[in-house]
Amino acid sequence: MAQMTMVQAITDAMRVELKRDETVLVFGEDVGKNGGVFRATEGLQSEFGEQRVFDTPLAESGIGGLAVGLSINGFRPVAEIQFFGFVFETFDAIASQATRMRYRSGGRFHSPVTFRSPFGGGVKTPELHADSLEGLMLQTPGLKVVIPSNPYDAKGLLISAIRDNDPVVFLEHMKLYRSFRQEVPEGDYAIPLGKANVVKEGTDVTIITYGAMVHTSLKAAEEIEKARGAKVEVIDLRTISPLDIDTIVESVKKTNRAIVVQEAQKTSGVAAEIITQINERAILHLEAPVLRITAPDTVYPFAQAEDVWLPDVKRVVDGLTQVLDF
Amino acid sequence: MSVTTAVEQTENNAPLQILAPDGTVVRPDLMPNLSDDELRELMRKMVFTRVWDQRAISLNRQGRLGFYAPVAGQEASMIGSEGALSKEDFILPSYRDIPQMVWHGFPMHQAFLYSRGHIEGGRIPEGVNVLMPQIIIAAQCTQATGVAMGYKLRGEKRVAINYFGDGATSQGDFYEGMNYAGVYKLPVIFFSQNNGYAISLPFEKQTASENIAVKAVAAGIASERIDGMDIMAVYYAVLKAKERGVNGEGATLIEAMTYRYGPHTMAGDDPTRYRTGEEQSEWELRDPLIRFRKFLEAKGLWNEKDEEAVIEEAKKAVADAIKKADEAPKMKVSELIDCMFETLPPSLEEQKAEYLAKESK
Ligand SMILES: Cc1ncc(C[n+]2csc(CCOP(=O)(O)OP(=O)(O)O)c2C)c(N)n1
Repeated sequence: MAQMTMVQAITDAMRVELKRDETVLVFGEDVGKNGGVFRATEGLQSEFGEQRVFDTPLAESGIGGLAVGLSINGFRPVAEIQFFGFVFETFDAIASQATRMRYRSGGRFHSPVTFRSPFGGGVKTPELHADSLEGLMLQTPGLKVVIPSNPYDAKGLLISAIRDNDPVVFLEHMKLYRSFRQEVPEGDYAIPLGKANVVKEGTDVTIITYGAMVHTSLKAAEEIEKARGAKVEVIDLRTISPLDIDTIVESVKKTNRAIVVQEAQKTSGVAAEIITQINERAILHLEAPVLRITAPDTVYPFAQAEDVWLPDVKRVVDGLTQVLDF
Repeated sequence: MSVTTAVEQTENNAPLQILAPDGTVVRPDLMPNLSDDELRELMRKMVFTRVWDQRAISLNRQGRLGFYAPVAGQEASMIGSEGALSKEDFILPSYRDIPQMVWHGFPMHQAFLYSRGHIEGGRIPEGVNVLMPQIIIAAQCTQATGVAMGYKLRGEKRVAINYFGDGATSQGDFYEGMNYAGVYKLPVIFFSQNNGYAISLPFEKQTASENIAVKAVAAGIASERIDGMDIMAVYYAVLKAKERGVNGEGATLIEAMTYRYGPHTMAGDDPTRYRTGEEQSEWELRDPLIRFRKFLEAKGLWNEKDEEAVIEEAKKAVADAIKKADEAPKMKVSELIDCMFETLPPSLEEQKAEYLAKESK
């Protein structure tokens, strides 16, 4: 096993799949010679050639359409959107085209595209680079949305995403790319999409979260345990669509209290969906309202205000305190 | 001029014509090499399509069809272009391009089911190389690059053709698609049917460009500007574009100058609001059916009896297809749920169970 950062694990996943299946193609802006602006495709072009790993002109709608066209013609495109804030330029290809392919063709064609993209706050990018737009994806029927929180998961989930016969949006939190290393197996292993991971067991309150907020939540859990001895369960969703509601409900039935932590703005989105489903399935098990810890409903701020805008450990601790004291 | 091999037009910007409106051959040097039977077949398809279009309009008025975009006036563009392709070539149509789909092998009764919004109307049979009609203007222009890149990567001698109107050429996807096709030298044919209007907007308000064909220059691909009411010019241009594609010479943009006689769609569009009767009559003088009929008659390849026979054949085929469409069981929401993913996630399994319970009542 090797020690890898998340970005290395992601490269490794693409390497495994490029090697295994010659219909896998990797493309996007600057992914070839340059290896991607985050080096996520580093070395892949020299290893697999310009037919398999290639640069595209600077046109996101073009990338999306190319991917959809290739996918109905027997290929498995892994298309990079350089920053997820630019997803709107290719939103049609993802939300209206790839996801409808099975329906429109009565099952004759499908769109096994993986759209990879960096996103996420706390790294002081320019405007429109960091936005957490996964809620928009979540509301798109026919789309799978994956957000890993660590190198091991990132590799296993990306391998599953590429093998999946449905369109997948795979979001890579920029802050996690190089923030720590982890043991990652060489070669091939897959983590199933749609299965959450209970990263920490507890009995008194559940935190449901994903991406970089898994780490914030784990720190908050540690703090509150130290401060008052409450045992916190932390669920890393890994996939926000499809949602592993069974794991969530099982945990809530055990702890009777929950908060949902997300980086994205408050209204609608992942947290709202999870809370609704908890209400539908487990309301009588609740001892307190389920809270959400989120960013406020503003546009993503300039870098100066980013740190206070994003949910942090203190806000999560406050949320936990509130539901524990309810 | 190196990259754009031929914006094949005369100095006064006139589109390429092989048959004059009176049916005489004005460019014998470019006349496609077609047998008598092949020529007659093209005529049969045009007459058939005209009748089918009239029937579809009337079925729509009776409430027996759903969404429908009339095609009369555009038969030469549609049938001439499809006719120059082989069944291996892939068609990415727009909502008006149902005739090309059907002549490429898509069953007519399914086209009617598509019109009614039935899922069966999208179930493309194996071996029929078409995509469903695109609604998002110009989205098929980017998708065609992907299909074509697939052929190129596998070394297959096939092309992808995508159809769109003049309005579509204002969309970013049209430029993005052409640019990609140019950069990767893809076997794609961008086929624009310039019928003068995008719903109500006339061409001169769509773009200040002199024409559509010149837009290929910026993408570094070839282009042709042709008389889209002249089926021989259409056939010639598409065949040439196909050869270019399969020979590794890259993509072609074709601008076919044509006209739609009817409304934009049957959903309430009233063309008298934005165009005149004189204009329509003028275009009707260049009608693709009249022109080709005259050409064939002069060669002794077509007569009134042939025409009558096709009209009858078409009427019967449409009636049979509608009957078949009527017989299709009503579409169910559970079926719709089934085609969202390869395997259903638990949330959709639950929702499907709800609908199955309702549907079994
Ligand atoms: C992205 C998008 N914008 C607007 C529309 C609405 N719309 C449908 S057809 C049409 C006009 C298209 O004109 P043109 O491209 O010339 O094709 P034609 O109908 O003349 O064949 C418009 C505006 C649409 N379907 N998609």
